[in-house]
Amino acid sequence: MTDAPRRTALDATHRALGATMTDFAGWDMPLRYSSEREEHVAVRTRAGLFDLSHMGEITVTGAQAGALLDHALVGNLGALKPGRARYTMICREDGGILDDLIVYRLAEQEFMVVANAANAQVVLDALADRQPGFDAAVRDDRDAYALLAVQGPKSPGILKKLTDADLDGLKYYAGLPGTVAGVQALIARTGYTGEDGFELFVRPADAVALWEALTEAGRDAGLVPCGLSCRDTLRLEAGMPLYGHELSTALTPFDAGLGRVVKFEKEGDFVGRAALAAAAERAAQAPPRTLVGLVAAGRRVPRAGYPVTDAGGTVIGEVTSGAPSPTLGKPIAMAYVDAAHAAPGTEGVRVDIRGTHEPYEVVALPFYQRQK
Amino acid sequence: MDNPQQLRYSKEHEWLSAAEDGVSTVGITEHAANALGDVVFVQLPEVGATVSAGETCGELESTKSVSDLYSPVDGEVTEVNEDVVTDPSLVNSAPFEGGWLFKVKLSGEPEDLLTAEEYTAFAAG
Repeated sequence: MTDAPRRTALDATHRALGATMTDFAGWDMPLRYSSEREEHVAVRTRAGLFDLSHMGEITVTGAQAGALLDHALVGNLGALKPGRARYTMICREDGGILDDLIVYRLAEQEFMVVANAANAQVVLDALADRQPGFDAAVRDDRDAYALLAVQGPKSPGILKKLTDADLDGLKYYAGLPGTVAGVQALIARTGYTGEDGFELFVRPADAVALWEALTEAGRDAGLVPCGLSCRDTLRLEAGMPLYGHELSTALTPFDAGLGRVVKFEKEGDFVGRAALAAAAERAAQAPPRTLVGLVAAGRRVPRAGYPVTDAGGTVIGEVTSGAPSPTLGKPIAMAYVDAAHAAPGTEGVRVDIRGTHEPYEVVALPFYQRQK
Repeated sequence: MDNPQQLRYSKEHEWLSAAEDGVSTVGITEHAANALGDVVFVQLPEVGATVSAGETCGELESTKSVSDLYSPVDGEVTEVNEDVVTDPSLVNSAPFEGGWLFKVKLSGEPEDLLTAEEYTAFAAG
């Protein structure tokens, strides 16, 4: 990509806060404001404020909006109640994952599909390709929204100071329209951190005012601005996949251990059904590789692409994401490994870290689960 | 950020103290520490190892990346900072002081090192 990176509505705010910026999927985004470890700990124990305006919003409307999504995606979106959200995926005809998505049903005939920034155009194109024959319209709303997230155990208390919306009645993976600090917002109880929290979709023109109001409302609770670096370690600890790491067009949802998102029981045909049915059978009979968690015995950090080996040095898999875990105090990784070595507690598993084979413990995902 | 006047600097973002009895201290600059982010693992050369100017002699790992550590001078390592091995965050919190990395007995005059002013301009560029 040779174009200058895009800037969010909060760009000047990030710079005034002294953020270290990074190019992420064509966007100039905050990587961190201070210490990424401190930002991570703030989200686990208090609250963090994120600018996620790079995420790609696509609106699908019309009498057959639900039917179109049932055809285009692997989930059962037509059955979703207005005000609720689902984690789902969009696949190719061969079952390969194009993106993972959150879909919000805003009304009977209106859905918002939220795609990863890097894949938003691909998802938009695929939805447009799959639209003919359905009484539904697909609209690119990437520029219509800024997205702010408040994540962490203190986030409900912080948000309550700024809105009359019924947050206690708002379940995990639900969303409702409301006013926050005088700003019209879609308030969603979703996130990518493993903590309770909210995502607020607002007009870009309102983003700065909302950021400032949240910062002020969260001051006493210890809310801090958080960058994408801690978002990555938070989602890794929570065992959540990241497209381009755990998910790709080379894998089906079943290969990624996420076959539960594929709803064969829904009405009508959907793109990828035949290939996914075969993939489901393959995964049940003879899984090729399995996504596992690895916890380091030592202090060297595994990185995406590093080989996983057995005690004899034979390659048995590959790291997809790795980082020092602030919560565990040790390096952790997700990796695809041969099924024979995938059981938690398997002995002799190593990661080849630039030539040194470091011992790792195989564990079940996630690494971290919040106390509810 | 202020780069201490009494130090000299490499373009790989290491600093070198003035020699005392032929021994200088080496660390990475605050600019480099900030660019790395939280340092979580430090691999230093061994005491007695020979290091060469501009060549790698260790590793620094941060949350997001791993970077080579370069020696700014030729010499022999006389001491390494065990505190920073135990607590790598010292590289971030005190890069010019408690976060020093190793001491080296110089075997030649350091060349091509920058003054604080020159390094500040280089790092800003």
